[in-house]
Order: sequence, then structure tokens, then C-alpha cells
Amino acid sequence: MTDTPASPPLPAASYIHLDGPEPRLSFLKCKSCGTMFLEPERLACARCGSRGGFDAHEPKYEGTLHSYSIVHRSFPGTAVPFISAVVDIDDGPSLKGNLRGVPFDADRIDGAMRVRIVFDDALGRRDADGNAYISHFFEPLAAD
Amino acid sequence: MSDVYITGIEMIPFGRYPHRTPASLGAEAVLGALDDAGITVHDVQTAYCGCVFQTMVGQKIFQQIGQTGIPVANVSNACATGATAVREAWMAVRTGDYDIALAVGVEQMTGMGMLGSARQASIPIEGLMGSTSMPATFAEAGREYAAKYGTSFAQFAKVSVKNHHHATMNPKAVLRKETPLEMVMEAEMIAYPNTKLMCSINVDGAAAVILMSEKKVRELGLMDRAIRIRASALASDPWQQRNPQMPDINSATQIAAQRAYEMAGIEAKDLDLVELHDCFATAELLHYENLQLCGAGEANDMIDSGATALGGRIPVNVSGGLLSKGHPIGATGVANLYELSLHLRRQAGERQVEGARMGLAHVVGLGTCSAVHILEKA
Ligand SMILES: [Zn+2]
Repeated sequence: MTDTPASPPLPAASYIHLDGPEPRLSFLKCKSCGTMFLEPERLACARCGSRGGFDAHEPKYEGTLHSYSIVHRSFPGTAVPFISAVVDIDDGPSLKGNLRGVPFDADRIDGAMRVRIVFDDALGRRDADGNAYISHFFEPLAAD
Repeated sequence: MSDVYITGIEMIPFGRYPHRTPASLGAEAVLGALDDAGITVHDVQTAYCGCVFQTMVGQKIFQQIGQTGIPVANVSNACATGATAVREAWMAVRTGDYDIALAVGVEQMTGMGMLGSARQASIPIEGLMGSTSMPATFAEAGREYAAKYGTSFAQFAKVSVKNHHHATMNPKAVLRKETPLEMVMEAEMIAYPNTKLMCSINVDGAAAVILMSEKKVRELGLMDRAIRIRASALASDPWQQRNPQMPDINSATQIAAQRAYEMAGIEAKDLDLVELHDCFATAELLHYENLQLCGAGEANDMIDSGATALGGRIPVNVSGGLLSKGHPIGATGVANLYELSLHLRRQAGERQVEGARMGLAHVVGLGTCSAVHILEKA
């Protein structure tokens, strides 16, 4: 057997960038109205219709929980439970992701909690070529 | 512009038809609608067919009941598919180009699972970046409302208690069983706060409607059974900060409703009943407000007080709704017009809304669109 070095992990979403010492987020920001988008390229702004172009924008790595669901049954093969969360990122767009580090109990979840955005291995998931991935996750700030 | 009337309408009982085809189900509904209007397939001048999961179903329906060479177009608009087919037919008659148009919606979806299908990626993202399942998506929409107005798990669950109760009086609903509050809340949790009994049911089904111009209704002497379409409105999602990461089911509904009220020249208080898109129990309360049935934050009181139950101030989903009647995507938007028509014609049996003259039907399709129709007894 040949000893092949493991290839570096890939970003699990196009707005995650692994080109520096730490993973980072970058979003498109409309030059006209400042609205941010998750996709890597666009022809025009969905909000103002401007075709004036976009800047790459790195947001803060903190945000506020906007809504969530504790998911107990999902598509076949998906490990449950997990918490699906929508977070409004500080100086950034809204992002969906897993909220971890909180109990699976609505009575013990602050629905407007402050969270930090962290990066981690994509739960061990690999693509058909065996590549590992890095994803974003949300964690409560108050846990510090 | 001609006023447009419903003169024939039919919905087949929703359920499981594993040995039938979408065209066969659709054809059954169309034949029923033709009979209801007292016309034949040779009288139909143009047709629109709504179906999400299969193609060219409209033509296949005519291949079952009579191929007359008329224009037939197929439309797809997520859960607003059937309503969009009706709107296309309505426009065809309203402009004066056609006097008799057919709209039919059909779907065969038992065995598909209630969760929808996973989005494709190099690795699956479900459970990695939250959930894109429908129960979770609508749970998050409901939690957003709850965070603003304090809606409880029990208040969301009461929607299922009410709609399931209504369905016990609807022989065409797939689930006809009383579900007390504890049963709803203790059912298997799918995506908090939506339990299994707070999710709509995937079924096979079809519904069809015959629309006619005022001239044709009078010529055929059908005015005594005709129902006037006072408004047909369709909206797409305007830009919103969290959409589509968090699908926005509210804005499109609000726009479609406002357009419909303006077109009809009425207000929500003029309505006698509403069939709205209760794909999940968490959605119904939001739509009370979106459809202007109540003011901001008042949906909690609406469900607690029984205002939206049969006999209440404004009965909502007396058919049982998607939660109990079933939700065959392409047919749903036509089926809720069927329900309104029964009430406006005093044919709704024990669930009849007394004195009903004006009704509103609403659907939302993720992606996103919303359609609202307002019907009135002619
Ligand atoms: Zn812009």
C-alpha cells in the first residue's frame, strides 16, 4: 500500500473559506444597498436590483438566535436529535446551522440567546472521494 | 373584462390510490366538475392542469376523457400549484378570450414520506447546517411568531384539535378522528413544536373546477348555482433579510391577501369562512394575522376563544384542512375552492357554516408564492 497524505478538508459551504490559519466567512455585500448574500456570485441585488457589483465582506463571528426547532425526526439516515437554528449574524446576513451545546428542551433554550459562530469537522461526513469537510456551528456565548 | 363564475366543481375523496395514475385521478375530478356544471368535455375551450411531481398530466387527462384539441397547459408552483391553475383559467375567461375554462389539480404522493426530499450537495447538509425538512422549516416559522407573542406549544397544538374535529364531519377527509389536546401534544415529536399530529398528511387526490364567463352562465341558465370569483391574487416573495435561509411564508401571503381584498372591494370582516394553508399546525396561527383575520399578536386569542372553530366568529378550515383532509400538493389549491363552494351552495352537510355568502381560500408554496381567492354566492 502506498502512503498517501490525507488531503486537506474542504469547506461545506461556499461562504466558508479555508485559505488562512483559521476558517473564515465571506459574503457578498451589495455596493449599492449593503445587503448581504450567501452565494459566491450574483448578477444583481435581490433587494435593490442594482447591477453595480458586490464586495467580499467578512462579518463578526457572533450573532443572535432568531428562531429554531428541535428536530427529532429528519430524512432517513440523519442522526437526531439536533437543533436547527436561524441566527442573525452581527454585521452579516442570517445563517442557518446547527445550534450545539444547549439541551434539547425548549424550556431551557433562550430563544433570543447570543451565540458565537465556530468551525468544526462536518460531523465525520465524507464525500464520494473520501474528502473531509469543515462546517460552521452555533454555540451559546453565555457558556463562557 | 368579464366576471368569472364557478359553475361546476368536484373533489375526489383524498386517500391512497396505489393502482391509479395521476391522469386517472384527475379525470375523475374533471368528469365530476363537468357533470356538476351540466356540460360535456366538448364544451371546454381551454384547460390548465396543476401537478408538481409529474409532467403533461393535463393532456393525459384529456386522453382519458376526450381529446378535443383545445389548448392545455400544465403549471407547477409548489403548494400553490392548483390555485395557480385556477388563476390561469380565471384570466383566460376574464379577458374574454374564452367562455368556458377548466382548471384541475392532481397529485399522487403516498409513499413519499412527509418530510420532503433532501437537498443535494457533495455531502448531505441535513442535520449539519440545521434542517431543511418541512416540519422543521414550519416549526421555525412558528417559533418566530411565538418569540414575538408568547404563543405556547399547546396553542399551536389546538389548531390540530380543531381541524381534526372539523374533519370528522367531512367524508372526503383522509383522517376523520377526534384528537384531544393531550393526544396531539404527546404524539411523536417530529420537529418541536410540531408533533406528528401537527403535520399535514401526504395523500393522493384531485379536484377540478369549471369556470364560465357571465355571458355563458346566463346563456346556460346556471346563475342560480353559480359562484362568483370576486378576487384571484398571486404573489411571489418580496426581498426579506432571512429569506431563503429561513423561508418566508408570511410576506407573499400578506401581499396576495391585500391584493385580493382590494380586488374584491371587501375587508376580512366581510368573510364568512376561510380555508387556509395549514400544512403544519404552526402555520395556521401566523396566517390568521397574514390574512388580516386578526390584529398583530391576536392569533393566540383566536385559537383559545374558538373564534376560528365551526360556530365561531370566522370558521377556519372547516374541511379539516391540510392537517386532516390531506395535502396532495397539486390538488390542494383547487380543493379548498371546492370546500368554499359547498358552503356557499349550502351543500356542506353537518359542517355547514350557516348563512355563508363569502369565503376566502389561501395557499402558500415554498420557494415562495402565495395565492388567495375570494368567492361569493352569485
Ligand atoms: Zn442592493
